Formats: sequence, C-alpha cells, structure tokens
Amino acid sequence: MQTVLSIGVDALAYGMALFVISIGLSVTMGLMRVVNLAHGAFAMIGGYFASYAVRDLGLGYAAGILVAVVGTVVIAIPIERLLYRRIYGAPQLTQVLMTIGITFCVIGITNFAFGPTLKTVPLPPLLQGSVDLGFRSIAAHRIFVIICGFTVAAGLWFLVERTNFGVKVRATVDNAAMTAALGVRTEVVYAVSFAVAIALAAFGGVIGAELLPLEPYYALRYMVTFLVVVSVGGAGSIPGALIACLLLGTIDTTGRYLAPEYGEFFFYLAVILIVTLFPRGLAGRMK
Amino acid sequence: MVASLDRTIATPSFTRRMADRGVIGVLAILVAGLAGYLLMPNNLALLTQMIAVAMLVLSIDLVTGYCGVATLGHAALFGAGAYGAGIAAVHFGITDPVAMTAVGLLAGAAAGLVSGFVILRAHGLAQLVLSIAVIHLFHEAANKASGWTGGSDGLSAITPDAFFGAFEFDLWGVTAYAYGVILLAVVFLALQILVRSPFGMLARGVRQDQIRIAAMGASSHSVLLRMYVISGAVAGVGGALSAISTQVVGLDSLSFTLSAEALVMLVLGGTGSLYGAMIGTVVFMLFEDTLSAANPFHWLTIVGALLIAVVLFAPKGLYGSAAAFAGRVRRRPA
Repeated sequence: MQTVLSIGVDALAYGMALFVISIGLSVTMGLMRVVNLAHGAFAMIGGYFASYAVRDLGLGYAAGILVAVVGTVVIAIPIERLLYRRIYGAPQLTQVLMTIGITFCVIGITNFAFGPTLKTVPLPPLLQGSVDLGFRSIAAHRIFVIICGFTVAAGLWFLVERTNFGVKVRATVDNAAMTAALGVRTEVVYAVSFAVAIALAAFGGVIGAELLPLEPYYALRYMVTFLVVVSVGGAGSIPGALIACLLLGTIDTTGRYLAPEYGEFFFYLAVILIVTLFPRGLAGRMK
Repeated sequence: MVASLDRTIATPSFTRRMADRGVIGVLAILVAGLAGYLLMPNNLALLTQMIAVAMLVLSIDLVTGYCGVATLGHAALFGAGAYGAGIAAVHFGITDPVAMTAVGLLAGAAAGLVSGFVILRAHGLAQLVLSIAVIHLFHEAANKASGWTGGSDGLSAITPDAFFGAFEFDLWGVTAYAYGVILLAVVFLALQILVRSPFGMLARGVRQDQIRIAAMGASSHSVLLRMYVISGAVAGVGGALSAISTQVVGLDSLSFTLSAEALVMLVLGGTGSLYGAMIGTVVFMLFEDTLSAANPFHWLTIVGALLIAVVLFAPKGLYGSAAAFAGRVRRRPA
C-alpha cells in the first residue's frame, strides 16, 4: 500500500512536470505542424536561467521563475524569426534536422558556458519540507508541481475553449488557410502560441528541475520523452496530452520502482503499443 | 518517375551511364581506399569505422532517400549486425570473418524485418516516434541480456581468424581496412543494381505517391517492408565489419545518438543517392575527428551549426547541390 501510494504521488508529479513542458510542444505542433525537437532545449534554458538567478544572484524562487520565463522567451523570439520561419510547411525530415541542429548548438553552448555538472534550483523553505496527510507525508515540492500542472491545464483549457483568442487558435488548427481567408491574422496566432509554448516549457523546466535533473544533455535526453507525449496524446489536444502524461508518467515511475534493472524497456514497449493502436494519438486530430 | 524515364529515352552520355551503373563509384571507393591507406596509415581504425558507418548511412538512404520513411532508429539494424557477429564469435565459436559477416547480414535483416514491421504501421510523426521507441527498446534489451551481450561492459574478446588463413587481423588494422574497402565496393555495386532495378523504381514511386502505386496494383507496404529487410542486411554487414575490426561491441552501437548522427550524415551528403550517402559519411566523420581532437568543447555546437546551415543553404545535401549546380552549368551554353 505504501509503495502504491509513493508510486502514485511520484507518477502524478512526474506526469505533471512532463505535461507543463510538453503541452506547449503539443499546441505548436498541432498549430504549425513543425516537429520541434528543440522544445526540450528551451525547457533546459529556462531551468538554467532560474538556477543562475536563484543560486548565483540570490533572487527568490518566484523571481527565478519569472526571470526564466522572460529570459527564455527573449532568446526564443529571434530563433523563431530567423530559423523556424524557414521550416514551416517543409518536409518532416528537414524540420527534424533543423531542430536537432538547434538542440546540438544549445547543448554545446550550455556545456561551454556552465560546465557539464548538474545544476539545481534551490527551493524556498516552504517547498522543502513535507506535508503530513495523517497517514503519510508527501514532499511539498511534489504537491506544488501537481498543483501547477492542474492550474496550467485549467488555464489553457479556459484560454482555448472560452476566449476569443482560443476560437482563433482552434480555427487555425483545423484549417489555417480558411481561417486566414476569414480575416484572422494567423501569423499573430502563431507568434503568440509559440511564445506561450516556450514560456510554459521554461516554467516546466524550472518547477520540474527536481524530477528531470538539469544538465547540458537534458535537451537530448528528454527530447524523445516530450515527443512521445505529444505523439501518444495527439498533437494539439490538451486533454490528450494530459492523459498521455499521466499514463506515461505512471508506466515510467512504476517501471522504475518495480523493475529498475529493465530501465525504460516497458516505457518504450508501452509507447509502441499505444502508437500502433492509436496512430493519431489518444485524442488526435492531426491528419 | 518521369525524370528517370526521360533519362533512359534521351541516350545519356558515357560518363552518365558509367555513374549509373556504379562503375565510377566502385573505382572511386577503391581509389579513395588506397588514398586513405597512403595518407593516414596510422589512422586505419578510424577509416575502417568510417566504412562501417558508411554502410549504415547507405542503408538509411535505402529507406529514407528512396522510400521516404523518416527514421531515427536505424542503428538498431547496425547494432543487431554487430551483436550478431560478436555473439557468433564469442558464444558459438564462429570466428571466420566472412562467416561472421554473413551472420551479421542475417541478424541485420532479421532486425530490419522486426523494426520495419513496427515502424511501417504508422505515418508521419507517429512513425518517427515508433522508430525512436524501437531503438530504445533494442538498447534496453541488449543492456538487460548481459549474459549474451556483456551489458554495459560491452561484448569483448572477439577474435576473428586470419583472413583465408593468411592475413591476420593485427593491431595495425590493415587487413580489416582492406576487407572493409572490398566489402563496401561489393555492397555499393549491389545497391546500385538494386536501386536501378524495377523494384528500386517501385520504391521511388512509393515515396512519390503511395496512392498511385496502390492504383497500379502494387502493395506499397510490401515494397517498404522488403526494402527494410534489405536495408537491415546492409546495416548488418556494416555492424559486423565494425565488430570484426574493433573486436568489441558496445551498447553505443545500438544508441539513439548513432541513429541521429547517421541520419545527419545522410542529409549532409544528400538523400536519394548512394554517392551522397558515402560523401556525407566521409565529410562528417573527418570533420568530427578533426574537430573533437582540436576542441572537444565546441564540436557539438559546430555540428549543430553545420546542420542548420545545410538545411538553410544546401537542402539537397553536398552531393545533391553539387549535382544540381553541375547540371545548371552544363545546360547554360546550350
């Protein structure tokens, strides 16, 4: 019972960290049809910003998150203008290569500037302890991540389903050319969505730093995981991504607890099964 | 399809025919092999590894360049060949180099059948993700089956017999290198015949328009699966060569990184052409070797920048862009 509960909490926290990072990828992939392998690199940049701000500059945790989000978006905008613009609508292979190239560059530069060691984002005292639930205590940080995950999911759901901007986003996902013909500035929709996606990646990189440790090869190590989440959930679908994260988080965490010697064998086996059964993702609408 | 039809009708020049038949390619491989031996006699291990990886890149070209299947998990086939040859030597005492190569070929083909069966079930993004999942699955399986594969320590103590009882596989690696050059020439010639055969044409047709191929009465899935098995055999030969020459097989031969790097080499050289695959491999590996020796910190950054530059400025790859340029120059005076 104790094991089941620890697995449950860890799986939920891990799944939520994954969700916050990869939901941006899912939205941009549904919108712009770009296979963006560099998404993890932006999460990593966010984590490094926060680590630098909190650990070296002595700012607070909340300020660190703010610095990370703003800093990463500022870095991402020129990259989007100069590089991503060129590969919208290009063949998938081209997109893969371009974004792998960006990832390699980010890894190399990070390795050079900050060294190959593990970086941490020191937690504020409030999140360091554990919360006693009476029968069991849970690390406060895990609860914080879970709450953040649900907040992001709810906020995005509201933005996409209940606002004017959300209507434009959904229309653009369904048929970009038709939406543009109806007078919607799709390039503005693209730009805003891209910025939101990067901001969420940076946010996820900071709050998930305890679960997905920050080091230069972060971008390559988790790139596959984020891509898998989007593919399993279906690009452009918020509920799909949420289900995929919780499912994959549970499988991965259970595997780590019960059969650590198999590594990620069961995780990838599950991925193959799910993708084979649902080639468009659990809730996919990408054709 | 149309372009290639034109080419056969409009009696091509002598050099063009020779290039298509692969004679120039085979000659180039032998000359480059000899040049490599004369120029870098102390670096034959690197050159042999380059030949092994070239076969992996050629095999990716078969499925990506000719059939249009994007894969980031092709090292699974290479690693299967390497482990096949290594396990045959260590556990079953098959130490004849040619027999080890044959085992590698069969193991690679079997891995090609398995991974093709999985990967070809989906399209687009899902296909890419499946290929990534396949390479990780192979990697974890090899890591777990440490009784057979040596796990993370790698499979060592592979001692191939002397070639034809006369040429020892020694420290200098001359025998392994010569064997590699001959293997590559044979593989290249076979593939050149394959891609110009009716089956090769069908594969190109599948890349261009699957629906039309289906309307013509061919099964695109069966074409792709057969191509995957052939591609596995080629990659398996490369893996076996790597096992024979380095006498050790590590988990890195089954890694995502190797898959991604090999794809990068292919695109650098140019997809859809066997020459492009080989040129890309040579350029990338020489580049990597020089750069990582000169400045280990920056080589990943520069490889990334190179990749971005290729996508932006030479989307057809080095060979493809050069061929297009040569075509323009030739047409201009007319």
